[in-house]
Amino acid sequence: MTTNHILTVENLSTRFQTPDGEVEAVNNVNFHIDPGETLGVVGESGSGKTQIFLSLMGLLAKNGTSTGSVRYKDKEILNLRSRDLNKIRGVSMSMIFQDPMTSLNPFLKISRQMTEVLVEHRGMSEADALKRAVAMLDRVGISGAAQRVHMYPHEFSGGMRQRVMIAMALLCDPEVLIADEPTTALDVTVQAQILDLLRDLQKDFNTATVMITHDLGVVAGLCDRVMVMYGGRVVETGTVRDIFYDSHHPYTEGLLKSMPRIDRANEDSMFAIPGQPPNLQNLPTGCAYQERCGYVMDRCCVERPLLKDFGDGRASACFREDGQ
Amino acid sequence: MTVMTAPDKRDNAPILSVRDLKVHFPIPGKGLFAKDRPLKAVDGVNFDLFPGETLGVVGESGCGKSTLGRAILQLIAPSGGQVAWLGKNIVGIPHRDMQPLRRDFQIIFQDPLACLNPRMTIGEIIAEPLVTHKPELGKDEIKTRVKRMMARVGLLPQMINRYPHEFSGGQCQRIGIARAMILEPKLIVCDEPVSALDVSIQAQIVNLLQELQREFDLSLIFISHDLSIVRHICHRIMVLYLGNVMELADRDSIYAAPRHPYTKALISAVPIPDPEIERNKERIVLTGDLPSPLSPPSGCVFRTRCPFAQEKCATDVPKIDRVSETQEVACHFHDNI
Repeated sequence: MTTNHILTVENLSTRFQTPDGEVEAVNNVNFHIDPGETLGVVGESGSGKTQIFLSLMGLLAKNGTSTGSVRYKDKEILNLRSRDLNKIRGVSMSMIFQDPMTSLNPFLKISRQMTEVLVEHRGMSEADALKRAVAMLDRVGISGAAQRVHMYPHEFSGGMRQRVMIAMALLCDPEVLIADEPTTALDVTVQAQILDLLRDLQKDFNTATVMITHDLGVVAGLCDRVMVMYGGRVVETGTVRDIFYDSHHPYTEGLLKSMPRIDRANEDSMFAIPGQPPNLQNLPTGCAYQERCGYVMDRCCVERPLLKDFGDGRASACFREDGQ
Repeated sequence: MTVMTAPDKRDNAPILSVRDLKVHFPIPGKGLFAKDRPLKAVDGVNFDLFPGETLGVVGESGCGKSTLGRAILQLIAPSGGQVAWLGKNIVGIPHRDMQPLRRDFQIIFQDPLACLNPRMTIGEIIAEPLVTHKPELGKDEIKTRVKRMMARVGLLPQMINRYPHEFSGGQCQRIGIARAMILEPKLIVCDEPVSALDVSIQAQIVNLLQELQREFDLSLIFISHDLSIVRHICHRIMVLYLGNVMELADRDSIYAAPRHPYTKALISAVPIPDPEIERNKERIVLTGDLPSPLSPPSGCVFRTRCPFAQEKCATDVPKIDRVSETQEVACHFHDNI
C-alpha cells in the first residue's frame, strides 16, 4: 500500500524495566503524519507523550524497549542500529526539546554545535557549513548572526537559545520536526515569538510538525490534528475543531474545562478534574481514567474501552460511544 | 501617593502597606578597583493589601516578582522603602521583634518537592511552624492540629508518617499549603504555586487556595507568570517590568481595558484554548528580549520593546498616573494608545 504519510506509527509500545517492576509508558499507539501538517500531542506528565517520540528517535533510556512499527516513508526505523538511524535522525527528522539550556553543550560554541551535523551528514566544508549555520540563525530571527554564531550557549537568553535549537533542528531541511514542549520554559511574550516562527517556518519549508504540549492554547493556535494521551494510551484523536468544539472523551472534556481562560470573566471556582494522574506502575483494571471520570459506569472498572474509530481520523476510547 | 484598593475591600484598613520598596543587589564591578554596580531587582514599588484580598503580581522572568515577595516578608533585606504590617514598619527591625510577627505571614513555593525536607515526615514538616512558634503546645495537641489541617487541604490524615517523595506534585503542594496554614496566618505569599503542576491539578490547588481564603479571611500575594490563572484568583493585579510597576488595577479593568502597552502585549500573547478565537485574535508581538537589569534603559524601562515608544520615553521616567478609581498606569502616552 502506498500512502503519502511521511511517518507511520503502528502498535507502538514502550516498556521500561525498573527496580519496582515493568512500566508500560506507551501502549499500542497508532498514528501517522503527512507533509506540511501539524499534529498536537496533548497529555499530562507521565501520559507517555514524550516517550513515543523518544522511542522513534532511538533516544530511550537504557532500560526501555519498544515494539511495534515506525516507518519513515517506507523505511522501518524502530530499533534500528544507531549507525543507520543517524542517517535519518537530525537529518530527515529533528527534535527540539523543552529546555534549551540542557540540550546545548555548554562547552562548545554555537558554531561548532551547528556545523557538526552539516559536515557529518552533508559532507559540507567547514566554511560552507558555517555560512549555512549563519543563514539559518538569521532566518530564525537572531540579529547579528555572523558574530553571535561564535558565542557560547550561556551568552544567549532563554528565547534566543530556543531559536538556536530550532535553527539547529532545521539545518538539514528535515521533513519531520518534533517539538517537545518548545515554549514551556519561556515567557509568554517570547512564546508568542517562537510560535510565530514555527508557523512561518512550516509555511516556508512544508515541514511536518509534531507539537508535544500540555498547553491547549498552543494547540488551538498551531495544530491541524490532535492526539490526546492518558495513562500511556491514546484516548482521543481528531481535527483541532473536533477536539475543541465536539470532544468525545471525558478526559478531553475535563482538560478543556479546567484550562483557565484569559478571555473569560471568572466564575466562582474553576472546574477541576478530581484525583491524581494515574500511576503507570499500578494502572486500574478497565479504563485508566475511571477514578476521575464523571460518567463512570460499572463496565469501565472491569473492561478497558478500545479506541473506536469514527472515520476521518476521529477516534475515542470510551464506552459512552457505544450509544448508552 | 495614590494607591488603589479593590472596591469591596476598601472599608477596612490595609493589612500591608508597601511604600517605595527597593531591593538592589550589589554586583561586583569588572576589574580590581571597580565599584560595585547595583542590580535594581525591585525599584520603588507601592501598594496596599487589604484583608481577604488577593493581589496578583505578574511579569516575565527576571522582572523582580519573586524578589518583591521575599522582600515583603523580610526574607531578603530591602535596600530602601517601607513595609508596614498592620500599620507598623517592619523593615530593619531586630530579629527578636520580627520573629513573633512571622507567624502571621507565610510563603509557598513553586517547586513543591524541592521545598520539603526529604528526611522529614510530612507530619513533622507541617508541625514545624507550630513547634517553633507555639512551643507551649503538647505533642498530642500538635498532632491533632496537623491531622485536622491535612484533612482540610485534602490529604488523608493517615499519611502523616510518610515522606515527601511518596507524594505527587499536587499533593506536595497541598503539604506546602498545610504547613503555611497551620499557624492560621493572615497573609500568604504564593510564589508560582501552580506553575509546576499539570493542568488538571492546577485547578484543584487554585480552588483550595480560594476556599482557604474565604474561610480564614486570608490575604494572598499571588506571584505568577500565567495571566489566565491570575484572572481567576486575583482581585487586583500588578504588572512588573524590570523591577518597576507598569500598571496596577483591579481585575476587571486590567483585562477589559489594559492601559499600559506592556500589559496589552502580555495579555494578547496568552494563547486561548479555542481555535477560532486563537487564530483570529489581534496580537501585539513584542520584539526582542528583556534588557539586562544591570543596565536598564533610560527613561521608561519598557521603551526598548515598546511599539509606541517616542523620544520622551528615553529621557523621562513615567510617573504612575491614576486613570480611574481602580486603575493606575506608568506610561507617558496612556491616553493616546
